[in-house]
This record gives sequence, structure tokens and C-alpha cells, in this order.
Amino acid sequence: MSSHDSHAQGHHEMGFIRKWVFSTDHKVIGIQYAVTAMLFLLFGFFLILMLRWQLAHPNTAIPIIGGFLPESWANGGVMTPDFYNVIGAMHGTIMVFLGVVPLSVGGFGNYLLPIQVGAQDMAFPKLNMASYWVFFIGGVIMFASFFLPGGPAANGWTSYPPLSVVAQNGQTMWLLGMVFLITSSLLGSVNFIVTGVQLRTKGMSFFRMPLFVWAQLVTSFLLLLAFPPLEAAGVLQLMDRVFGSSFFLPSGLIVSGEKLTVSGGGNPILWQHLFWFLAHPEVYVLILPAFGIVAEVIATNTRKPIYGYQTLIYSMVFLGFMSFFVWAHHMFMTGMGTNLSNFFQATTMIISVPSVIILTTLLLTLWGASIRYTVPMLFALAFLPMFAIGGLTGLPLGLAAADIHLHDTYYVIGHFHYVVAPGTLFGLFAGVYHWFPKVTGRKTNVALGKLHFWISFLAINGVFFPMFFQGMAGVSRRLYDPMVYAHVAHSQGLTVLSSYCSFILGAAQFLFLANIIYSAFKGKKVESDNPWESTTLEWATATPPPHENFPTPLEVFRGPYEYGLTPKGYSPQHLQEA
Amino acid sequence: MIVIPYVDKPHPLTGVTNAKFGIWLFLASEVMLFGALFSTLIILRTGSANWPLGSTELNVPLATINTIALITSSVTIVLAWASLKMQQIGRFRVYMALTLLLSAVFLVIKYFEYTHKFEHGHFPSTSTFFAIYFTMTGLHGIHIIGGMIVNAYLMGPGSAMWKKNPEQFTGRVECAGLYWHFVDLVWIFLFPSFYLL
Repeated sequence: MSSHDSHAQGHHEMGFIRKWVFSTDHKVIGIQYAVTAMLFLLFGFFLILMLRWQLAHPNTAIPIIGGFLPESWANGGVMTPDFYNVIGAMHGTIMVFLGVVPLSVGGFGNYLLPIQVGAQDMAFPKLNMASYWVFFIGGVIMFASFFLPGGPAANGWTSYPPLSVVAQNGQTMWLLGMVFLITSSLLGSVNFIVTGVQLRTKGMSFFRMPLFVWAQLVTSFLLLLAFPPLEAAGVLQLMDRVFGSSFFLPSGLIVSGEKLTVSGGGNPILWQHLFWFLAHPEVYVLILPAFGIVAEVIATNTRKPIYGYQTLIYSMVFLGFMSFFVWAHHMFMTGMGTNLSNFFQATTMIISVPSVIILTTLLLTLWGASIRYTVPMLFALAFLPMFAIGGLTGLPLGLAAADIHLHDTYYVIGHFHYVVAPGTLFGLFAGVYHWFPKVTGRKTNVALGKLHFWISFLAINGVFFPMFFQGMAGVSRRLYDPMVYAHVAHSQGLTVLSSYCSFILGAAQFLFLANIIYSAFKGKKVESDNPWESTTLEWATATPPPHENFPTPLEVFRGPYEYGLTPKGYSPQHLQEA
Repeated sequence: MIVIPYVDKPHPLTGVTNAKFGIWLFLASEVMLFGALFSTLIILRTGSANWPLGSTELNVPLATINTIALITSSVTIVLAWASLKMQQIGRFRVYMALTLLLSAVFLVIKYFEYTHKFEHGHFPSTSTFFAIYFTMTGLHGIHIIGGMIVNAYLMGPGSAMWKKNPEQFTGRVECAGLYWHFVDLVWIFLFPSFYLL
């Protein structure tokens, strides 16, 4: 704060450490978040590819990689059941808490939110730096747990007790890592909200803010208020594991044929309530930033104002609010009673309404537009039907009666992956391609980008679409060897299709990596600060933006999406004369 | 040069400085943290056939002294802040020292309560009553220690800011005070929940 101000004066040439490692510049922190998160995404994706091999070819050695894994993970190259459980737990944890959220909120949010509201930095730059490094420690703890003698957590990303309480030491590391990640997102969300509300530049009223900023603000409120109950639950589970208390252990629990010597009297369902109280809003934490990114990309490439800008904002706010009242639709099978089930299925049906409104406004924006089919636009266009499939397949799961059949089957996996993988991740890809020229000052390769899009689009549907059929046929999740169950073995063809599509999907990501790494250093330089002819404030500054974003504070004169009103075709927010 | 506005002056729309807005958001998140733990207490208690009576298991007179100590410390921290408003840095230090002293009294008494329980073989593993008692009072104790560190910093090295920017410093003390009131408030809920009911 003030000491920071006096320090930063006239110190434009900072050392490497201050500039790139312990930086308080929100743009550098955003890049740090994004790079770390993409590495974790790659790692989490790589883990699940090994699992897909085991499912497609049970009990055959994993090619190449199998030989490098320790004996307890891959016996003669064949994945062990223990390692299968590890992957199931760590894939989910890494993708959600170390990949998607840090990329969409920590990466995109940090970089763009202050610039889009016309601020020079976050309200609390040091807190912002702390948020990244606390996240980094959490990530290191999670990663280090792979090298524990007993391996990392293996109880699903949901860590349900009693299993998680009696499990190996990896679970303790998981809980410690989560405490760091939760603290990091707390610091970040306070910073985002204060910045978005207090540091808006002159003329930037709430209803002139880009939708991306709105999405980040709603997301921050979810992170701020939904994460603490999981922190509480994590503390309780740590107490159970470290100090032998019985918060989640019922009386008379028998493990491996022996009665546990604990006081008992605990309630395992309590964990599920506390966990899902976070984890359902977390779903909206995953999807809202993607809505924001897709809205920006669609407005820029349709050259039209967003249809129903305010409707979209009210829908996002309502979505965020309702997301606190739907958590127990994950728990219909726990026998919590029909009254509770009725309540939660009603709220779940209600929350689908704003989601549909958001999707409809984005779809109607395309109406009559002369669309520029740029690479980010392709990803944004694909986002719409993919998210629609993900959302609509969620409705049967939200109804208690239908959920009895579908619960814990591949249908569920298909459903939430459609929301998060071709949904959110495609939104994030759109964002990377869209803002890459601003962040690096260089363009990505269009041909490689389109190739990346088309292969990813086809492959990802090949991965997840078969899961709906399998799930409806009753194939359960978390089966190590599909061939030993008759009803599962008979859909093995679909499993193999899904697995091979996932390998193709994996290969396609190397196109993406090659593209962004090459383009970051050798790509064609942008000729203008506003290559997409966009209207929001991040395009009004130099490329890449200087340390203080705007050498002189800008004034905003109009809403964020005024396209097609003048002969020029677009009216930037900061120009008085459109 | 980066200039962050509303560091010492309130924002015209919200009426608060950045720091004060931030601390309120942080406290909202803390409400959710302790709210989840109080819900846990309710669920464990209503689900238990023989929940012990707090007054027979725990030491009510000591906890009463602690309650008085914490409430008084909430008053002294307000007086510390009010002294700054009246430009009296000396009185500020006296009241801040009193606040620290009272919080130390709280922790010392809590230490004796804990060791007494351990001597009688009461641990988190003894029963869910003691499990939730140790967890919640322990977490509250950590919050007290955190607050004491901040308060000690503001009384000592942190007060150098008073000369440079008194408004911002007063704002910092106010934020520390808001946090301290919250910690006090949590105890006001913990006391009856565990000791009296």
C-alpha cells in the first residue's frame, strides 16, 4: 500500500526476481497463475490418459510410461488398483483446484479485471502476490504427496469419510494442500471484489462493466463464501486423522474385519453436506469465468452488442445466489429424506433457468451477425452447444427419482465433463487465443490454431458422448477392470472408443503448446494495439500493457459492447467521439 | 507510477476505504467458517443420545472471567482507535497495550483449562463433545493469537505510519478493531454453546 507507492516511484527497471518472481504487478501474477495452472492441467490430463489405457486394455502394460513407474503403481507396467484409485482422486483435485480455477480466476481474472475497469493495479498488490505464492505452496504439497511412501490421496476428489479418515497419509497431505488453496482463493477473492467495486475508473459505472468483470465478481463472492465451510470440514477431517477424534466416524465402525477403537458418535453425511456446500458453488466458479470470456469473444467477433446485456448480468448474479441452495442434489442417495430431496430438486430446477437465459442471450447475439470465424471465435461457438449438452444432461440428475438410476454411473462423468471440459476449457482456450496478442504482443498461428480446434472438438465429443449411453446402461464409475462385470464388459467397445479419442485429444494439445510457445517468442508481431478492433479498455493501452496499465487514467463514455453504430464499426469505451 | 485510490479516503459510492471494504469481506468469509462449525456442533449434538452438560464438564467460572476479559478488550481497542481520532498517539499505545494484556489473560486462562482437561484424560479422541470443544476453541484461540500479532505490530513498528499518513494508520487500527470485535463475538457464541447450555 503506501510503502509500496513510495518504493515503486521511479523504479521502472526492477530486477528479474522482483519483476518476474515476487512481483506485485497483477499482469505478471496473472501470467504466473496461468502458466502454473496450465502445467497442472497437463499433468492432471496425463494422469487420466494412463487410466484410460487401463480401461481400454485392462491388465496390459501401459506403453512406454509403464516401465518408468514404481512397482507399487505399475506392476510390470500394468497399473495397480491402488494407483487407479490415486489417479481417480488426484485427477479431479488437480483439474478443479490446481488447473481450471487458477487459470480462469487467478490467470484471466488477475490479468484482465483491473485493466478492464481501468485500474492501475489490484487494490492490494502485495496480497495478490501472497495469493499466488500460497497457491503455489498448496500445489507443491499436492504434487509432493505423490512421493510419499503410501502415495497420495486415493479417496476420490470428494474425500468421503469414513474411507478418507482411515486411509493412508496421502490424505493428510491432501487436506493440508487444500487449506493452502482455500486461503489463496480467499485472498484473491477479497482483492477482486474490492478492485472491481472501488477502483473503477471515471465513468465506468456498474452497467458499463464488461461481462467478464461481472462474471469474475460473482465468482469471487462464491469463492469468498463457499470455500470456508470446506475449510471447516478439512479442519475436522484433519482432527479425525491426526488427533483421533470421531467427527465423521459413526459408532461401531468395522474396518478390515476389526472394530475401530474410536469414540464414535460422528456423522459421515456431515462431511458430504460441508463438502458439497462448497463444491456445488464451485461448479459455477468453473463455468462463470468461461461465460465472461465467451461473451467478450462473441461480442468482438459478431461485431454486435451482446443481446440482453443487463439480463445476462442479472442471470449471473441470480445464478451465483441460487448456487448456495442446491448442494444436496449430489446427495439424493444418502437417504436424507424425501422432504430435503424435494426442496433440493426444486431449487435445482430453478437454477437451470438463469443458465438457459445466459446461453440464449449469447445465442441470440449470433442472430444476423456477419461472424468473423477467428480461432477464439471457433472455441467460443463450440462452447455454446457443448455447455448446452452438459447443462441439459444435468436435469435428470437433479431429479431425485431419475438420479437413483443414474447416480455414480458414467452418465454423471459425461455430464460434468461436458460442462467443464468442452465447456469451460473451450472457453479458456478461446480466452488464450483472444488475449494472446495483447499479453505477448505477438499473434498465434491461425492454421495451427484451427487444426487444434477441430481435432480437439471432434475428439472431446468422442471421449465424453459414449459415456451417456454407458451410464444409462448402468455402467458404474470407479471400476478398475471393466471386463469382470458382465453388464460393463458388453459396452467395452464404447470404452475403447472413448479411450482412443482421449489419446487423440492429448496429442492435439501438443499443437496448442507448440503454437503458444513458438508464437510467444517468434510469432508475428501485432501492428496495432487493438488487433481485433474491440471496444473494452484492455485494448486501449500499449501492447503489452506497461507496469501501471494506463500512464494517464482513462475516462469511460459508453457501455462495453457498442459495435456497428458508426461507420468505423466499433466505438471504444474510452473515446469521447465514437 | 502506480497510484491506488481510496487507500486513506473513503470511496464516494461505498463510503469505505479499500482496506475497510476488504476486512468486511474477510469477516463475511469468517462468518461462513465459524457458521459451518456451529452447524456441525448442532448436528453432532442433536444426533447424540447422551450429550454431556457443558457446565459439569467444563469450568464455568474461568470461562466467565475470560468472557469479561475479551469484552473489555473490545472496549479498550475502540478506545485505542478513538485516541487516534483525537490525535493522541500516547493514549493509543496505552489502550493497545491493555488490549494485548487482556488477550494474554484470556490465553493464559485457556492454557490452564486445556492442561486441566488433558490431566484428566480428556482429549479430542475422548468423545465428540470434547472433539468439537477442542476444535472450535482451538481455532478461536488461533484467531486470538493472529489478532494479537497484528495489534502488537500496530502498537510497535507499525505505528511509524502515524507520522507519514495518520489517516491511513487510523484506518488500519479500525480494521484490526473490526477483526477483534469479530473474534470477541465468536467467543460470545462459544461460551453459552459449550459452557452453559
